Amino acid sequence: MKLMKNILKTIKPNFEKGGKLHTLYPAYDAFETFLFVPNHTSSEGAHIRDSIDLKRTMVLVIIALLPCLIFGMWNTGYQYHSQLTLGMAGYQDIYSMWDHFLFGFWKVLPLIIVSYVVGLSVEFAFAVSRKHQVNEGYLVTGMLIPLVMPIDVPLWMLALSVIFAVVIGKEVFGGTGMNILNPALTARAFIFFAYPTKMSGDKVWVHNGETIDAISGETALGELASLSKLDVVSNQSVFNQLFSSEGMYSLYNSFIGTIPGSVGETSVVAILIGAFILLFTGVGSRIIMSSMFLGGLLMAYIFNLLDVNLFMSLPAIHQLCVGGFFFGMVFMATDPVSAAQTNQGKFIYGFLCGVLSILIRVVNPAYPEGVMVAILFMNVMAPLIDHYVVQANINRRLKRIQK
Amino acid sequence: MKKGFFTKQHQKLISDPMSDQNPITIQVLGICSALAITTQLQNAFVMTLAVIFVMISASMLISILRNHIPNRIRIIVQLLVVASLVALVDQILKAFLPDASEQLSVFIGLIITNCIIMGRLEAFAMGNKVWESFLDALGNALGYGWILVAVAFFRELLGSGKLMGYEIPGFSYLYEMGYMNNNLMILPPMALIIVGLIIWIQRSRNNELIEEN
Repeated sequence: MKLMKNILKTIKPNFEKGGKLHTLYPAYDAFETFLFVPNHTSSEGAHIRDSIDLKRTMVLVIIALLPCLIFGMWNTGYQYHSQLTLGMAGYQDIYSMWDHFLFGFWKVLPLIIVSYVVGLSVEFAFAVSRKHQVNEGYLVTGMLIPLVMPIDVPLWMLALSVIFAVVIGKEVFGGTGMNILNPALTARAFIFFAYPTKMSGDKVWVHNGETIDAISGETALGELASLSKLDVVSNQSVFNQLFSSEGMYSLYNSFIGTIPGSVGETSVVAILIGAFILLFTGVGSRIIMSSMFLGGLLMAYIFNLLDVNLFMSLPAIHQLCVGGFFFGMVFMATDPVSAAQTNQGKFIYGFLCGVLSILIRVVNPAYPEGVMVAILFMNVMAPLIDHYVVQANINRRLKRIQK
Repeated sequence: MKKGFFTKQHQKLISDPMSDQNPITIQVLGICSALAITTQLQNAFVMTLAVIFVMISASMLISILRNHIPNRIRIIVQLLVVASLVALVDQILKAFLPDASEQLSVFIGLIITNCIIMGRLEAFAMGNKVWESFLDALGNALGYGWILVAVAFFRELLGSGKLMGYEIPGFSYLYEMGYMNNNLMILPPMALIIVGLIIWIQRSRNNELIEEN
């Protein structure tokens, strides 16, 4: 560490005003503050003394994402190998747990590299042209984006969606802290609408799904949507077979995460570990998480009571465990920039996120991943919610004065 | 206005709406049609020609009549003139370009409600001579048109992989390499984003356009 500090110190004059490489100062600054806590302090106004800054906060979120990432890698290999060996005798013994993980590791790694290289280059270009520091925001976004993509997404599409998310989702509004939409979800929404064949259907969720014959690689939500679309009596038995305790999408499997889906979204266990890290360190909002859970649960119960089609008849807890609901709840809805800011606002925002997620996914089978659309929609609504919460507070206190 | 057939001021009447006074990107008028009909380059051209014709004729007519139009019913008179011209364009398109007419459907009729036309009639043609009104109408229609064509160019190229309805020769190799058409380009939101990007470029080139707040 000391060596790094000395190196940074000796090359610093080159980047300062008058130095040869002054235009590259943002890059130098980004490295320095990434490695060491910056030593500049606020010069005026009230400020809070704390050893944690934005970069350290971001790194905490990345640590919270690690369980999802590691599980996602393992699951990628597991899904692929179990499809390969489907029906073979003693198929469990052919590939070990380590094989699954290594296979997935080499599949997920390119996604992460592309996401970070492309995203940080765009950030860096804007930092140089606008003469400000490189924004920290991309550290987390760059990890979230690969986790919400299907494993076989072409790398150029990923790169395009990252550029779209950073430029249109963030930089046009003024960079980190000014965006109205969650950049990671913007990237996913871009691919979802631009290249729907690569983002939905039963072929994309398992590696090489297009070439394996007789694959059953649909996500639980996609399966449910197609089952509830056709009103056939035999669907009931298919439903029972898939979602009962021995089925492919049983509650146990959905909770552990051994089902096809986006890289990081399948395992509720891994997400909950991340959630505990976020809650324990106070980085993620517990109001948003709990109210979104509540909203989703309530909506799922209401559908249970209505019980019109198979999608609605799925038990509420099971409904929440399939798809990206938990991932969205813990890592997307709690984004401090695009969420509501006031405490009451956060509750309303989270609650509506939960309600809309389940509502969209059940009522409109064209968008099986309702969580993405719901959170983006509530992102747009968040300032409005805040406005009325603040206004209500002002009115209440005005009344108190007038008495 | 200075005397003369084509002075500097006359030149500005055409050049301003093309850049710093652009009806779409600066005044944000006529957005509806810019979003709706720009999925294909051909539609954008037809729409541009229709608007150029309607705008120039309406401006000149209103400018001729300007001293005889009672002030209290001037909007109705302007509407009548524009509506009859649009009906004319609609019939001509139906007769000679039935395909384009079908694709543009209601949007030809909706030229009547295009804010740019009414805006220029009210703001310019009601108070200026015929020649100046002609130039102003031409400038604004062209300013509207080039945005339409630019947006349609990118939407058709990236969304369908075609231009003017023809396949582009090199694209078949791209498809083999795994390139795919961008479906979002066909959807209206992307037109709004492309217009936004044009506004962004325009404002970064000319700082005077950025309003203070």
